Amino acid sequence: MVDDTSGDLRLTGITKSYESFTAVDELDLTIPQGSFFALLGPSGCGKTTTLRMVAGLEEPTSGAIHIGNTDITNTKAYQRNVNTVFQSYALFPHLNIVDNVAFGLRRRGVKDHQAKAMEALELVELDGSARKKPGQLSGGMQQRVALARAIVNRPDVLLLDEPLGALDLKLRRQMQIELKRIQSEVGLTFVHVTHDQEEAMTMADTIAVMDGGRLQQVGDPATLYENPSSTFVANFLGQSNLLSATVIRVDNGSAVLDVRGVKLLIPPGLLPVGEKKVWLGVRPEKLRLVDGPLEGLNTLPGVVTDASFTGVATHYLVKMPWGQELTAVQQNDGMPRALTGATVTLAWDPHHGFALDASQDAHAGEDIEDIEAS
Amino acid sequence: MAAITSVKPGTVIRPPARKGRWTPYLLLLPGMLWLVVFFVVPTISLASQSLQTGSVDEGYVLTWNFQIYVDAVRQYLPHFTRSIGYAASATLLSLVLGYPLAYFMAQKAGRWKNVLLVLVIAPFFTNFLIRTLAWQIILTDTGWVTTFARWSHLTSALQWVGLTNNDQLMSSKFAVICGLTYNFLPFMVLPLYANLERLDHRLVEAAGDLYASAFETFRRVVWPLSLPGVVAGTLLTFIPAAGDFINSRLLGNTQTVMVGQVIDGQFLRVLDYPIAAALSFILMMTIVILVGLYVRRAGTEELV
Amino acid sequence: MTWIRKHLIGMAAMLVLTYLLIPNLVVVIFSFNKPNGRYNYEWTRFSTDAWLNPCGPPGLCQSVGLSLQVGLIASLVATVLGTMVAFALGRHRFRGRSATNLLIFMPMATPEVVMGSSLLTLFIAMGIPTGRTTILIAHILFCLSFVVVTVKARVASLDPRLEEAAADLFANALQTFTRVTLPLVAPGIAAGALLAFSLSFDDYIITNFNASPSSITFPMYVWGAAQRGTPVQINVIGTVMFLAALVLVATGQLVSNRRARAAA
Repeated sequence: MVDDTSGDLRLTGITKSYESFTAVDELDLTIPQGSFFALLGPSGCGKTTTLRMVAGLEEPTSGAIHIGNTDITNTKAYQRNVNTVFQSYALFPHLNIVDNVAFGLRRRGVKDHQAKAMEALELVELDGSARKKPGQLSGGMQQRVALARAIVNRPDVLLLDEPLGALDLKLRRQMQIELKRIQSEVGLTFVHVTHDQEEAMTMADTIAVMDGGRLQQVGDPATLYENPSSTFVANFLGQSNLLSATVIRVDNGSAVLDVRGVKLLIPPGLLPVGEKKVWLGVRPEKLRLVDGPLEGLNTLPGVVTDASFTGVATHYLVKMPWGQELTAVQQNDGMPRALTGATVTLAWDPHHGFALDASQDAHAGEDIEDIEAS
Repeated sequence: MAAITSVKPGTVIRPPARKGRWTPYLLLLPGMLWLVVFFVVPTISLASQSLQTGSVDEGYVLTWNFQIYVDAVRQYLPHFTRSIGYAASATLLSLVLGYPLAYFMAQKAGRWKNVLLVLVIAPFFTNFLIRTLAWQIILTDTGWVTTFARWSHLTSALQWVGLTNNDQLMSSKFAVICGLTYNFLPFMVLPLYANLERLDHRLVEAAGDLYASAFETFRRVVWPLSLPGVVAGTLLTFIPAAGDFINSRLLGNTQTVMVGQVIDGQFLRVLDYPIAAALSFILMMTIVILVGLYVRRAGTEELV
Repeated sequence: MTWIRKHLIGMAAMLVLTYLLIPNLVVVIFSFNKPNGRYNYEWTRFSTDAWLNPCGPPGLCQSVGLSLQVGLIASLVATVLGTMVAFALGRHRFRGRSATNLLIFMPMATPEVVMGSSLLTLFIAMGIPTGRTTILIAHILFCLSFVVVTVKARVASLDPRLEEAAADLFANALQTFTRVTLPLVAPGIAAGALLAFSLSFDDYIITNFNASPSSITFPMYVWGAAQRGTPVQINVIGTVMFLAALVLVATGQLVSNRRARAAA
């Protein structure tokens, strides 16, 4: 067994390549001890493979994994101080609940494994079902047992492989809050793999967005959302309107961009350095429908081609003179809603925009089906 | 905020995992060795024996006597055709009788499914000789069944068709086929059941929704989907039936001798090993060809 | 009329089932017969003589004993060998898979006459005298494939994630096998062993080819009796076997039903 000197989880140059393709490509990542970290990305981006390499269930083709100062790269799964909550829960059907939870403790020869297991079950509020078999529990309950089974061992790192995927919406929301609570109570490092960006943003302190085996951006949810560093992140997290723009001049307070003849502003600090052609991005919820041009705001005229009322808000599709359709989301704050066919003006505060270099694919990260299985 | 380190310490490229590369072969070894030594080798030995000449007293010499196959076929062709014929009839009957039973168990039995399964399997656990002897009791000349058959002119009908020679049910072609069907019926029912159990009932409902009658639903939906089960059941019924001789020995007469009986007799009483081996080998090859045709279509994964 | 149409399949099924079970019933009934002659074909009168004196006919109980012995040893060996093969087929990738599948299948598909006779030619060629050992060898042979099929089905349905979970929870390879894999495969192995035993106990044709006058198994005794004279005790043994098997299989079903119901 490996000495459990706890510390940060460090992945250096981790690569997993197969004959025909590379699942994970030279990944460098540090996950601070005690944080709730999310690995976010579409199916096939390599996040689950990365997780399995940390767990020891897959061997990296090259690279190293450290926990604190200890190199665990060459250790077997059962030797590592890392536990996993599997997507399918993987509860042992022939053992009852408390024996399932105590499994890891018993392998390590812990003397009071029953007591500790019951403690863990109390944490997830399932101590009443201790003697039942996994088959007798609902999906949500099984998920909590899987969590207890991993947590009870107080691992250095707790890995969660899309654990909420099989739950219905309401339960999922509940469990998101639960998991956050438990994590802060117990203080373990949680690494949560998911394709659901809302889930990642709700739960995690830090998110690493992955695509095609590579890291796209790492940061806290707000930074990632408001200042995406690539079109992929801009489109994958929420929605973005991307406008093709050329930098005309940079003044002290603002940079002026030309978008199809219209002059739009953006804080110069947000421009990618040295780029003349950029994508000017703005989030749908930052756009307001106004009557006409307003001082200090960026404005664009257009025609409403679709207005969908969802109760909380109205989603508008507004067609620009050059054909591009922008998405705008207006809160249902009592203001009159625009109808399809109406001519409107979209306005936003220049500080709410972001800019990315034009060489990136504007459609990266868009419309990726949130398919459960990867 | 997490820091992305750019440090790349000396990395080592690892080859793909080779854990337990020899494990499958080690696991296979004892069992497969047993099969090779006691199944494959004897088959070769059988072929070789058929091509030898000699006798028990004088010993045998491998003379590559292929003529023996010609002799065997010429002499025993009626027995071969009879065996194939009986086996085919029994298989067909098993299919006709077994399909409703399997369908009922798989789709309509609900709670009673397991009880029925037990009832279908249970006869197996009584020695099949004893059960076949029971047929002697059932079809005996003075028994109820035969009396009823005579009264209802069933025996006359059977006589007319050639399934029985005189006013008996016993010691006749009818009895032999009856016994064969009975003995191998579970071999047809069980694979059919296994297949039909996995049939999605909603497909039947969908067919009904699309205006198909019960018969059409069967013909166009249920039957095609059950074909793998039908084929499996057919193989498992026809093959042992073709080689059987217990039924014809206990329930038949001198006109119903099947090739299995001949082989048994030649090996154990007449001690004419070469011809017995030749007959055995011909039977084996027929089976191999049939199985081969099946494997061609369906591959080997479903076999085991 | 519509009632018949609706229940047509059910009625047909019941008729077929009756066809399957009547001979067993006849065996049971005729174990209580006291025939006049040597053969037990016609109902004479009710009597429990045969039940009270099951080992009356000479050689009967010895043959049962031999069958039980051979059955136990053969099913044990076949189960061990067969389980190993099933594991190899069910969870490993290896070259020669098709050939292995075919070789496992062939004994199940070969007519017993052919298998028995070819084994005999082997024993003759190698000069091995027929007797208990040759019977045992033959039985292990034909039981092997059936064990493989039964166990393999169970092994293949095992969720590989469970073994990963065990490793994740600090179980090394041996512990994973004994604490997770084996308990989950055990029902399949038990079923395979049971199947092997019943095949062995029931076999006549292959045994006949490979036996000697000093080694008579129960089926061989019955066959001989069919020529010489069928003592009623044969039906007694047949009935006992039937009831024992019924009880065993029913218990097995009840246990698995209860387990399934608890998990529902």
